[in-house]
Amino acid sequence: MRIVVLMKPVPDPGEERLGADGRLDRSVSAVINGNDEYVLEAALQLVEAHGGEVTLLSMAPAGMTDPVRKALAMGAVRAVLVTDPALAGACAWSTAQVLAAALRTLEYDLVLAGADTSDGGGGVVGSAIATLLHHPYLSHAGKIEPFEGGVRVERISAVGHDVLEAALPAVVAGTQLLGEPRYPSLRGIMGARSKEIAIRTLAEIGLDDRPLGGAHATTTLLDTHAPAARGSTRVVRDLDTAAAAAAIVDFLVERRAL
Amino acid sequence: MGGIWVVGEVDSAGALTKLSGEAATAARALGEAGSLDVRGVIVAAEPDGAAASLATFLPVVLAVRSPETLEQTAAAVIAARVAALAAAAPEPPSYLVVGATPDGRDLAGALSALLGVGVLVGATGLAWGDAGDGVPAGPRVEMQPFGGRVVTTSAFTGDRGIILLRSNMVVAEPLAAPGRVEAGAAVEVLDVAPVRVVERVVAKSTGPSIDEARVIVSGGRGVGGPEGFAGLGELAGLLGGAVGATRAAVDAGWVDYAIQIGQTGKTVKPAVYLAFGVSGAIQHKVGMQTAETIVAVNRDPDAPIGEFADLFVVADLVAVVPALAAALRARVG
Repeated sequence: MRIVVLMKPVPDPGEERLGADGRLDRSVSAVINGNDEYVLEAALQLVEAHGGEVTLLSMAPAGMTDPVRKALAMGAVRAVLVTDPALAGACAWSTAQVLAAALRTLEYDLVLAGADTSDGGGGVVGSAIATLLHHPYLSHAGKIEPFEGGVRVERISAVGHDVLEAALPAVVAGTQLLGEPRYPSLRGIMGARSKEIAIRTLAEIGLDDRPLGGAHATTTLLDTHAPAARGSTRVVRDLDTAAAAAAIVDFLVERRAL
Repeated sequence: MGGIWVVGEVDSAGALTKLSGEAATAARALGEAGSLDVRGVIVAAEPDGAAASLATFLPVVLAVRSPETLEQTAAAVIAARVAALAAAAPEPPSYLVVGATPDGRDLAGALSALLGVGVLVGATGLAWGDAGDGVPAGPRVEMQPFGGRVVTTSAFTGDRGIILLRSNMVVAEPLAAPGRVEAGAAVEVLDVAPVRVVERVVAKSTGPSIDEARVIVSGGRGVGGPEGFAGLGELAGLLGGAVGATRAAVDAGWVDYAIQIGQTGKTVKPAVYLAFGVSGAIQHKVGMQTAETIVAVNRDPDAPIGEFADLFVVADLVAVVPALAAALRARVG
């Protein structure tokens, strides 16, 4: 099974900040987006059990290769990094167009993506890519298992889960339920140094004449400001149990929350 | 210029979701400010009930009957029909407002591709803005990325777009008199790749969902086990709220991932967040720090949650939970 994992390098959660231009400051240390790491683990387990290989596909600035190297060290065989100065400030719609075009240049049975990203919330790009490529889209996966010619997914629902099946090639967006990602082994880290990170520009995926990227973004940021500060914390301690409970009730009443 | 369409969501029982009423209310205010026509759309096998509910918030709602199918997910069924309706409409909608649920995200992504329009994800507020700053008159969308560490305002650069609204950002307000429900025009439906729904597994669930609850009673590693969560469940019941959890509690197998709050779980904004045995690590904080009121109970006086809770009770939750339940029961009488 040939699997492409869509992987987004994101600023280390908790360290994100916006630059003077209002765009995400990409100079803070980057990590693999949390949910992408779970789907990468699922992809590696699928090829270990059923054969095949895992290719990474990212759209990111050229310098942002540390998370890609880590993912290669975990076991992906190669990476494709779509990078182009024109893509700075690209919107979700542009991102979907670019990743769909890059996928058209690759051979795969299954595309895996994280259910959302920690830097932009998102969670719409996977669905848009599947629609552009006319592939089935199975989202919010807690479990992924292949069968002959298809893939079966447990999709987390509001009341439990749905079991979904679709023919390959398909796009699956996965969650943390897929399982704890592995740490790269020392051998994996050494091996990753010689693995290929193929750099692709917009021209190389056939999109250079299309209105895409920052200059053609469908959305734009107008303003950023700090949230209103929370009031100071009221600390209550050394109370007996009933008094502690009463303090909580009184506080909720004071806040008109009861 | 086209108007605003609110695509309502129907729950597993066929009823309109609470967030759909909030989305309708927000869209109505936007329409009034921008002088745009606002209508609702419900696509379902039995759309009439939910459409009537949505019409309590909007002057016109299109009820579109879709075939009962297990060959498509709900989002794909809706996306194909809304895109076809939009293409066939004399005046295609300029803006679509959708709830930021898992189905809403799937729908918005598909519609973005089918209609060729941008998406603003996770709106926490909507306002109408005049032309300026290089963008045309249109919705100004407030968002709170990075777990609410920044507040941003974004706009569409053209005159079309899809907005995903988070729950509990707007108070749903019905119209003085309900609007009318119209049968959606029969349109040729776009072909979407099939996904077969083999089975729907319903786990036990009572009370409001964590996405919509006004009150969330949340537990972390300090709760100690599933028995401790039963106590939190009782508190949630007394408060009309839902139980939430940290990743540590989910990883320990005490509760389901469906109620995990934080970086790789859900982002919530309830009126009241009661946190028991929750340390307040950054991964959890990003999912709940914009709650209006945060009360934390923790034995550890140095727990990071003490730095951003409104009330921090340094105490053993094992004793406080039943005492609080007793105090709440006494209030109810």
